[in-house]
Order: sequence, then structure tokens, then C-alpha cells
Amino acid sequence: MMIDRRMLLAGLGLAGVPGLALAATPGEKRFVFIILRGAMDGIATVIPTGDPAHDALRGRFGPPAAAGDPIRLSGDFSLHPALAATAALYARGETAMVHAIASPYRERSHFDAQNVLESGGAAAYVVKDGWLNRLLPLLPGAGEPAMAVSPTLPLALRGAAPATSYAPSQLPQADAALLERVAGLYADDPQLHALWSQATDARMAAGNDATGRANPEALGRLAATFLSKPQGARVAVIEIGGWDTHSAQAGRLTQALRQLDAVIAALHTGLAAAWGQTVVVAATEFGRTAAPNGTGGTDHGTGGAAILAGGALRGGRVIADWPGLAPAQLYEGRDLRPTADLRALFAGLAAEQFGLDPGRVAATLFAGAKLVPLTGLVRA
Amino acid sequence: MCIPGDTRSPARNILVTVAPTPLAAIAGNRFGLGLRPGDALPADPRRWLIDQFARFEPRPPAIAAVPGSAVMARDFREYLEKIRPFIAANSEPRGEAPMANGEAPMASGAAPNAGPNEAQIRQELRRSYRDFYGGQVRARIGAAINSETPFAERLVHFWANHFAVSADKLQTIGLAGTLEFEAIRPHIAGRFVDLLLAVERHPAMLLYLDQGQSIGPQSRLAQGARARNARRQPGLNENLAREILELHTLGVGNYGQADVGELARALTGWSLGGFVRRPIGIEAPDGAFVFQPNWHEPGARSLLGRRYPQEGEAQARAMLADLAVHPATARHLATKLARHFAGDVPPPALVDRLAAAHLASGGDLIALYRVLVAAPECWGPAQKFKTPWEWTISALRGLGARATPDLRAVATLTELGQPVWRPGSPAGWDDVAASWAAPDALLRRVEIAGRIAALSGDRLDARQLAPAILPGVLSPGTASAIARADSPQQGLALLFAAPEFLRR
Repeated sequence: MMIDRRMLLAGLGLAGVPGLALAATPGEKRFVFIILRGAMDGIATVIPTGDPAHDALRGRFGPPAAAGDPIRLSGDFSLHPALAATAALYARGETAMVHAIASPYRERSHFDAQNVLESGGAAAYVVKDGWLNRLLPLLPGAGEPAMAVSPTLPLALRGAAPATSYAPSQLPQADAALLERVAGLYADDPQLHALWSQATDARMAAGNDATGRANPEALGRLAATFLSKPQGARVAVIEIGGWDTHSAQAGRLTQALRQLDAVIAALHTGLAAAWGQTVVVAATEFGRTAAPNGTGGTDHGTGGAAILAGGALRGGRVIADWPGLAPAQLYEGRDLRPTADLRALFAGLAAEQFGLDPGRVAATLFAGAKLVPLTGLVRA
Repeated sequence: MCIPGDTRSPARNILVTVAPTPLAAIAGNRFGLGLRPGDALPADPRRWLIDQFARFEPRPPAIAAVPGSAVMARDFREYLEKIRPFIAANSEPRGEAPMANGEAPMASGAAPNAGPNEAQIRQELRRSYRDFYGGQVRARIGAAINSETPFAERLVHFWANHFAVSADKLQTIGLAGTLEFEAIRPHIAGRFVDLLLAVERHPAMLLYLDQGQSIGPQSRLAQGARARNARRQPGLNENLAREILELHTLGVGNYGQADVGELARALTGWSLGGFVRRPIGIEAPDGAFVFQPNWHEPGARSLLGRRYPQEGEAQARAMLADLAVHPATARHLATKLARHFAGDVPPPALVDRLAAAHLASGGDLIALYRVLVAAPECWGPAQKFKTPWEWTISALRGLGARATPDLRAVATLTELGQPVWRPGSPAGWDDVAASWAAPDALLRRVEIAGRIAALSGDRLDARQLAPAILPGVLSPGTASAIARADSPQQGLALLFAAPEFLRR
């Protein structure tokens, strides 16, 4: 394959001319999907400070004081302070928020909802492959396959088109339960017992970093590396967990948002010049209840927020047909009512980014859904 | 077949029922690369091992599918052609010497034209070679996990490590794997001399140990250069000769510096096509072995007290033929084989029997393998701590994996400390537990066991898998830890982390 290209260029007398080396290529447009597993609280992330019902519902339920004050985006919305880098890019028009958005799923199971989010089906388990995989055949080929930075290929990328996944060593650490059981397994083996004690002691001494939370910055950097290569992947998926904040939400959400912010910042830095050719969409399986629960958290809800980023974006705005937080305006009296469909966002964003017809993209990715793709999101 | 329902031999039946024999486990896990869940346990493990050589496939589909050394050598020649203007712009431009040293001096002056610069050209080759390297590693893993002749396959890995070419130098990144595929695989069941000759004449070895550009001081080429008073005088390179004596044949302490020099002089002219410009050498296809008579040091040589009057290429051939069956070589190989199969401290009696078999058979490798298989020393309790390669392959086989794995497998071996074909020196990887059984290495294995288990999801039940792949050697402690696991994945991870799985 590579040989053929070189022979062709040589035959034309063009071998080695800079610029032309990229000719038979995957194109320059990049698309990143960040899956926020566990249901991000959209209301606490993109805070509808302009909604008269907000303060009554959430007034005393904001970010922890240590995290700083919410960052004002417009007269109606502020951003959680943990998203500082995202806010800085917002000021440059390189991030945007879409609010009151949801997949078509209306129950409250994480697994089923993630299946819908990733498969793009109207219900859980009716579609076997991922919408992002169905996008791949529409794109210019010849690059490396689409890439998920995760230990296994997420459903969003599974399907007939080639896609692969890659996990950095620090990503999937053995869980504490396994390590504990292994210690028991080696108890009667003098050689292994000694080695194991030394190893776990050293780990302990190295502190939290080594014990293995995923390092979000590394995820972003790694994805950027794959996406920046001249013949590299053009579609990538990153997964971030930790959003299921049933209790002690203030601290846990701050933590999770910092991870998301670090991934976006690392993509921005790592992609360098290619950032201008990139769009990123971060979405979650559903939102959380409008009102806090009794344990300082929120429960499974419906409408939420999506975060867009990328130098190719027409950003610097919050896109929302805002349904309101007053009791009568809530979905089933408890959740933010969805007024936008994530599938319409995905279809519109992908179509515009890759210069495709939005109707065709919507029909290919989400067959049978009657969607009006969201457009005007990408710079011409 | 030793199954409880077998009524032909009541005595054996009782033995098997009460205490399953671990012979099948030893055959599959110590001699082989690890049992797979579907494998039928051999009724006669010793015979099963020896019979493998008749069925061994030197060129299985996974390996036949990757480009060979000719393509690697062609890319390297093209690279040399591209950087030549940069070197010419910076140094003496007359091109007296063959250029096979890929790491040419850095250009500092003006580029000859507006094309990519030297660093970019080098980077391009490095990138392309790394892709080839990744494909070769995947092919090697694919062949190993699918092999129906895992004892023979293990010996491929053993000999590849014996004749290590490390993919560190630019020119060996794409070539290291082809040495194993082209020179080692076809010769593991023949005579040692044929294996030795195939390896020493392969482009990977000729480039790795700098033989391709070794010129006799009295050769016609060198004399001509002196007569012209050329600035770069071609010369002898002893690298390959030294490693042949120290690593490939006799072993350290069995030769002197004079022997190194004599072998090096006899080897002058052993080169490869694609790296020489006319008129100083004979042209040959890229990467193909070629003897360059004008580079050869004339005259008779003397090695280990024996005289070699041959002319040309035949001289070093005759030396290698004698080295292959030298008693020191027999002992060197015997020690390494005994260490690999019987334990880190090779049993002296086994070493003696192997060395004797080597000498008696004229270096017939099958004769050596027969000694190993017959040796009681090789059928005791497991004492070899698996290398990262062995552990990874046995885990993949244990899962019943068949598909050639993706690049993660390549990265996993690097994380575990044993990147394929990159031992860092021609001495290859150590074959003793001390090199591999270390605290952090063990922790990484456990983590990767967890990752491998996560990949297989809940497809496999470790409670059934464990006795199937560790028949007769699974300890009650491990079995009960697996049975009490939190999840199917954790059960699998515990199986691959278990003491009896970490050793063979």
C-alpha cells in the first residue's frame, strides 16, 4: 500500500516534495468523541444562572468554594469553575455548550442508556454497531483506523469499519480487589510472596499517582498523538468515568470535570496546528435530577449538557432551547426536559466537519430517526 | 489417552483418577508454549513432542503475509541513496567505501536541494520500519498462539534469542524479525551448521554486526585505495567474527584475540546486495548474500590451531563448519538448552549428555531435542519463571485466542520489559528467573492479567479453564481463589497471575 504510493509519486517525479506527501490521505479533519460514563450533571456543569427557578432548586448546591466561582458564559449561563481551560477556549470561540439535550432513551439505567448513546439506536440493544463506526465509511480513507483510547473498543466504534483501541499502561490499573486476592494467592510461595510485598510497598510509597487513577491528561495527549500523525487516525474516542454523583456531588463532580478539562486542554495542546481542523464532542448517557437528593448528590435524570470543543468550531456560545426549571417545566416533574436530540447534534457536527450532506449523514448514522441535524456548528 | 473412563489399563486408570499425571502439563507448558482450552492432552507426551518436527510449519500464513528482508533491504538502499547528497555535501565526496552504516554523520551545511532534509529522510525510514516491525511482531505472536507444534515453535524463539539481532540500530528495526522468519525457522530441525550458516549470511546479521562493510587490509579494494591515497581507507571489522566465537559457537574463554582476527579476515567479502556502488563491488539483489572477491583478504588463515588454505568464500565456510561441531560449541549449546528446559542451574549430567549427542551426531539438532525430551531432569516440578514473552503467549493460548493480536500485544511486551527482538545486545535475553522475577515486573504482570481478563469479558469460566490448561498442577489454593473470585474476569486474572501459571 505504502509502496504503491511511493512508486506512484516517483513515477510522477514528485517523490519527496513537501506537501504532496500528504496527498493520498485521510484528510485533515479530525473528530473526537468523549464519552462521559455515569451521567454528568448538566445543570451543575453549564449552570443556568439566568433561570429564575435555578436558585430555588440549586442555590446552595454549587461548586465547592475551593473550586472558585462559576465562570460567566452569557447572561443566562455560567460554567463550573473546574472547566477553566474549557472556559478560556470558549472566550476564543473554540468551545460551545449544548444544553437540555438527551438521547432518545427515557428510562434511567446507565447500561441501557450508554448502549443507546453509543449505538445510536432508538432503544437499547436494537442496533448492534456504533454510530461513529457507521460514520467511518463516509470519510476519506487511507489513514490509520479510528482509535479509542481505552482498554477495549467502546460500542460507539464497534462495527464493520476498521477501528482499534489502545490503552496507555497507566490507564487500566488492576483494581484493589484483585491486588488483595493476589496477595493471598502468593501467601504460601516464598519467592512470589517476597516479591509481592516489595512491589506493593513500593506502590504505596509512590502515592496515588502510581496506584492508578487514569491520568486524563495522558489520555488527551495520547489521542492527540494518534490524530496528529500525517497518516494517522482521524476519529478518536476517549472515555471518562466518575459522573454518577449520587452523594457528595460537589467534590466528585469537580474532580470529574477537572479530568474532562484536562483532556480538552491536552487535545488543544497536543494537536497544535491540527486543533484548527478538529471538533470534539463530549456527551453523557443522561442528565441528573433537577433537585438535589438528601445525600448531597443528584439521581438519574433525563436532559443534560454536551460540550463541544475544537478550533474548527463556531463556538463561544451556549446552544439551547431552554425549557426552564420551574416545577411544571420539568420532565416528569423531576428532570430537565430535553429539547434537543444528541443524534441531531452528532449528525450535524459530523456532516459539517467532514463536508458531508447532513441529511445523508443522519440517515446513515441514525436510520429511521426523523432528525433535523443541528448545523451552523462548524466554521465554513 | 489418560481419561478416567479408560478401561484398557486399570492400573493407569486408577493412577489418573487419584492423582492426574502432570506429564501432559509439562509437555504443553514447559516444552510447549502453553496449553489451550481445546487441546487434547497427548497420551504419550514424549512422542507428541518429538513428532512435532515432522509437522512443523516453517512459514505459517501469519508469517508468509509479512514482507521479507528483500523489501527491508530495498528500503534501506533507497534511504542511503536519498541521504547520499547530504553526506557528499559534508565530507569527502568520492565515495570510495561502500556505505552500509545507516547512521551517517549529520549534515550541517546547505542542503543540496529543497527537498526533505536528512533528519526527515531518516525519520521516514524509521517510521516505515517501525510499522514493518509491528507487523512482524504480530506475525510472530500469531504463529505462536496458533501453533500446533508448540515445542518446535519454542525452539524457534530459543534459537532466535541465541542468534539475537536487536532492533535498535536503524537498519535492523525492519530486519531483526526477518532473521527469525527466513534463517531460523527453516533450520531448527536440521544440522546446527546449516542454522549457523543461514544466520551468518542473512542480511540482518551482516548489517547488525557490521560485516557488510568489512574489507581485508590486503584486499584488492584496499590496495587500490592506498594507491590512490584515498582519504577513507577501508578496513577490517571484527564485530561479527567476535560474536560468532563468543555467542554463536564456542562461548567465552575458548578462543583468543588472534582467532577473532583470523575469522574476521576469512569473513571479509561476506556482504549483501544493495549497498555497494559500482565499480567497487559485484551487484546483487537487495539484501541477498553476495561474496565480494575484491574485498577478501587473500591468503591462508589459522583458527584454533587449524590451517584454512581455502580461497574466497569457502574459507570462512570451512571455519564455520568446524566451529559448529567443536566440543566447546557442543558444551555451550548444551548448557543453554539445559538451562532453558531443566532449570536456571543446568544439571551437569544433562549438559554432558547433550554435548555428547551433539558431537556424536555431527550437530544434528533433533538428536539434542531427543535428549531433552528423554531427560528426567526436564520432567520435574516447574522451576522456570516464565519470561514476559512466554507468559504473554501462554496467557493468550490459555484464552483460546486465535486471531493475530493488535498492536496492544506489542506494547504489552514492552511494558513487561521484553520487547520482541530488542534485547539490546547480540547476547540476547537472559534465561534465568533473576532477570524476570522482580517486584515491579510481577505487579505489572498482575495488572496485565487483569487487562487480558477484562478483554475476554465473561466469555470464559476460569473455574473450568484452570484445570484444563494446568492439568495435574493446579493447586487447591489457586483453584479455590478462582472459585471465590468476585467476577468471571477476576477469576481469569487470578488464573494468569497464579504461581503455577507464572512458572513452567
